[in-house]
Amino acid sequence: MAKKPIGPVRRDFAPWESGNAKPFIEFRNVTKRFGDFTAVDNLSLTIYEREFFALLGGSGCGKTTMMRMLGGFEEPSAGEIFLDGQNLAGVPPYRRPANMMFQSYALFPHMNVEKNIAFGLRQDKLPKGEIEARVQQMLKLVKLEEFARRKPHQLSGGQRQRVALARSIAKKPKVLLLDEPLGALDRKLREETQFELMDLQTELGMTFLIVTHDQEEAMTVADRIAVMDKGRIIQVATPAEIYETPNSRFVADFIGSINLIEAKVAAKNEAATRLKAPNLDREIAVSQPTEAGVGDTVWFAIRPEKVRLGFDAPQNGAANAAEAEIWDIGYLGDVSIFHARVAEDLILKSTVANITRTVERPISWDDKVWLSWDEDAGVILTR
Amino acid sequence: MRKGPSWFNLTSLVFGFAFLYLPIVLLVIYSFNESRLVTVWAGFSTKWYGEMLRNQQLLDAAWVTARVAFTSATIATVLGTIAALVLVRSGRFLGRTLFSGMIYAPLVMPEVILGLSLLLLFVAVDQARGFWTVMIAHTTFSMCYVAVVVQSRLAGFDRSVEEAAMDLGCPPFKTFFAITLPIILPGVIAGWMLAFTLSLDDLVIASFTTGPGATTLPMKIYSQVRLGVTPEINAVCTVLVGVVTLGVIAASLVTKQQEARRQRDIRRAEAQG
Ligand SMILES: Nc1ncnc2c1ncn2[C@@H]1O[C@H](COP(=O)(O)OP(=O)(O)OP(=O)(O)O)[C@@H](O)[C@H]1O
Ligand SMILES: [Mg+2]
Repeated sequence: MAKKPIGPVRRDFAPWESGNAKPFIEFRNVTKRFGDFTAVDNLSLTIYEREFFALLGGSGCGKTTMMRMLGGFEEPSAGEIFLDGQNLAGVPPYRRPANMMFQSYALFPHMNVEKNIAFGLRQDKLPKGEIEARVQQMLKLVKLEEFARRKPHQLSGGQRQRVALARSIAKKPKVLLLDEPLGALDRKLREETQFELMDLQTELGMTFLIVTHDQEEAMTVADRIAVMDKGRIIQVATPAEIYETPNSRFVADFIGSINLIEAKVAAKNEAATRLKAPNLDREIAVSQPTEAGVGDTVWFAIRPEKVRLGFDAPQNGAANAAEAEIWDIGYLGDVSIFHARVAEDLILKSTVANITRTVERPISWDDKVWLSWDEDAGVILTR
Repeated sequence: MRKGPSWFNLTSLVFGFAFLYLPIVLLVIYSFNESRLVTVWAGFSTKWYGEMLRNQQLLDAAWVTARVAFTSATIATVLGTIAALVLVRSGRFLGRTLFSGMIYAPLVMPEVILGLSLLLLFVAVDQARGFWTVMIAHTTFSMCYVAVVVQSRLAGFDRSVEEAAMDLGCPPFKTFFAITLPIILPGVIAGWMLAFTLSLDDLVIASFTTGPGATTLPMKIYSQVRLGVTPEINAVCTVLVGVVTLGVIAASLVTKQQEARRQRDIRRAEAQG
């Protein structure tokens, strides 16, 4: 069976699939302990040249620690990190071809914006004219031309963040480490900057490693995403794969919104599986094999936008349907989220795009509705 | 309810300030006395200031003091800053508590003991006493004050700023001079000024460690007073008071202005959003 592509294909770039592409950044069984506390736990990861790689995970899961090890500010307690084939052990930060944008910005308080941005270039002893040109280019990029002479304490939080971004990009390093680069920006500026970062990365051929709390941001900018939890990587995949085929409940729950139904495997063959959930009358048909045995407990995960909602029972004989009662409604403008109660202890979410401005028969609280979904709409998770 | 300070508070305030400043005010007034007798007022005159400038011994002592204060303050600032950096930065090492306790010890140690022990040391190593021994002694004890002042400035220091500098290709040594020092400079300057004044008015330790040809101004004043207070001495002291007061006022004006400017900048940045 030919593998169907998952999600839109943004650009023709997938060295991780070729199998023989040379890794650019490589974490090999890296562990970092602070006292008894393990911040990064036996983590292995490969990032390829020119890749835009995002680290996603909850607060305190070790994202900054990973970046700091790559930047040279922490030494791994165990394991090795390679950059472009070179073992980084013992290489001091000022000799690493990576520049980092710090989560705390770390601007030089006694230098104005211009001098902050020029600092790295001056270390390379570039000619004066070139430094000035590059600084102007950076100021333009982050839209801070008028603020060139301001000191950091004379800037707002978002402006400071942009200075930090400009300073880290100014040297056009081989690897750029961005620790929450856009968190303090308003939505509009953030979206603009995201696309500018992507353009910049393609233009300069740099490798970007970005940390973010904002999953939408990660999905927008990244070629691949690593989802982390408690110092471990749970899944590494493209945004679409992460979203459509999460490998665990943690990832499914972490990225976007999801319905999780606990069920037991009722029957299975090489191409399809049937699940029986205690709180659903009908069995769930899934066109996906599973390695779980018959009788094992698994979780059926389905995204709310793949759950259809209607007043009438589905006629095409779709196997997957359930009668429910509207419990709650959230109107978000572009979509509405319906919480439909299928059983005493099972509420399923369904998002419906608001395609028209008015509807003939609005769905309201306590309405009896039918939920249905296709056999390939959800995935089976075993952990 | 009554506004303003109560009768009791007012009295204590008046008495307190009188206690502090009356002697100094008297000293200043009598430095302009016409009479040679300190206690008898015989009209206004500035002749003692002229006398003072003609007194070569006094001027020599002032010159020694200035040199000692300047060199010892400078060396103490360098050493004290390094000590503060080590204490704040080096994390935990064996004997850290002992070391940081020991840096505070000279602050509370009686000066007599400090002076005596330094004297014994200089005698033991057979060091001829003079300018250098006074200078070393002053460096020793003012260094601790510098360390304490700089330490407080370093406590709130964000180390990621240094990391950022190194990340951008700046080696550690250069980072110190390009980033760390400029940021902690106010503390370093304050430490230097403190060390300078401490050395300026030290009598006890200097008396113990000095030798021929290295009489400091406080020592000179003290020995002259033992022969009787002259209005000349009053004049010298008035000049000293004047210098110190001017220094303090200048320093506080500068800091106030800086703070005001900072506040204004912050407000402006916030207003612009
Ligand atoms: N120097 C340190 N000493 C002790 N513990 C540390 C140190 N640095 C980090 N940690 C701990 O390691 C864990 C991971 O920290 P890290 O800064 O990498 O988190 P993070 O994923 O970047 O979180 P956030 O999203 O909030 O920035 C945290 O629990 C933190 O308390
Ligand atoms: Mg972090």
